Amino acid sequence: MAKSATKSVALAPGMEGFVSDWSSDQRVFKNVPWGKAMMWLFLLSDTFIFSCFLLSYMSVRSSTLEPWPNASKVFALHIGGQDVPLILIAIMTFVLISSSGTMAMAVNFGYRRNRKVTTYLILATALFGAMFVGMQAFEWTKLISEGVRPWGNPWGAPQFGSTFFMITGFHGFHVSIGVIFLLIVARKVWRGDYDTGRRGYFTTMKGNYEIVETMGLYWHFVDLVWVFIFAFFYLW
Amino acid sequence: MATAEGQQHPIGVYLWIWGLLFVLSLFSYLVDYFHLEGMLRWSLILLFMMLKAGFIVAIFMHMKWERLALIYAILLPPVLVMVFVALMVLESDYTHWARETYFVFGA
Repeated sequence: MAKSATKSVALAPGMEGFVSDWSSDQRVFKNVPWGKAMMWLFLLSDTFIFSCFLLSYMSVRSSTLEPWPNASKVFALHIGGQDVPLILIAIMTFVLISSSGTMAMAVNFGYRRNRKVTTYLILATALFGAMFVGMQAFEWTKLISEGVRPWGNPWGAPQFGSTFFMITGFHGFHVSIGVIFLLIVARKVWRGDYDTGRRGYFTTMKGNYEIVETMGLYWHFVDLVWVFIFAFFYLW
Repeated sequence: MATAEGQQHPIGVYLWIWGLLFVLSLFSYLVDYFHLEGMLRWSLILLFMMLKAGFIVAIFMHMKWERLALIYAILLPPVLVMVFVALMVLESDYTHWARETYFVFGA
């Protein structure tokens, strides 16, 4: 973009800046591109959606009279003659954190205008994301074959299945959409769209490397949501 | 700080946080692996969860370097969800009580 959205102007710091930003003309969010501010607002609304899911899970779990299935045993894998508790979930967690790491580095190399490394890092992020979805598909298949359904399961409270499929399903959907958009952004970086100012197919707008950071925000959010699902659903 | 060209920070910062997130995830996994129970379990799970979430938002998502106008606009509303949590705790406690009273003993 010829005119960067983040041009430097003298802005008051701290609380004084908070008040002057919110009472100023034209725009509240200074020094951030509009796309980034809008992505943050979208993520805030997404936070509310996942909050509602986790809250409904908490409500049904604490109000049911039947025992809740023990996640540590339900999600154990039989490896080398013994059951290792939660091992698949732990691996999925590490894979997602790794993808967050490569994404953060991709943003960094993007601003350094290192197209090649940025592309590879975004592709690595997409690969980790695809691995995560693959392992989730494996986990779903295993649980479904063991008789877990949204209306019941062999181990206890029937609500286990409905909350499990809803929460992990919605999260997995987010990861899948993220992988698709990562591939699109990787292609654009590789082709040099953000250096030559090539216009986007849908938006007809010129992009720049701030888009990689905005994409990164979405991806880190997916990782962030998993932190809460891991704690509340699998460990609790 | 945010420069004329978005957020730029040394690579080392990201590598450190990456490693830290790995260690924290390992710790939260070990909480389950060693079958810690009771208050110790819940407090450790919540502690590691909040630390991980904090590092992701502050460093990976660059919130630490943003202006207060954006930080407050995004981080304060989720705090209000805690009110919702409190309401649902009360509600599900009541549901649990009602089920225990009328489904089990009342038959």
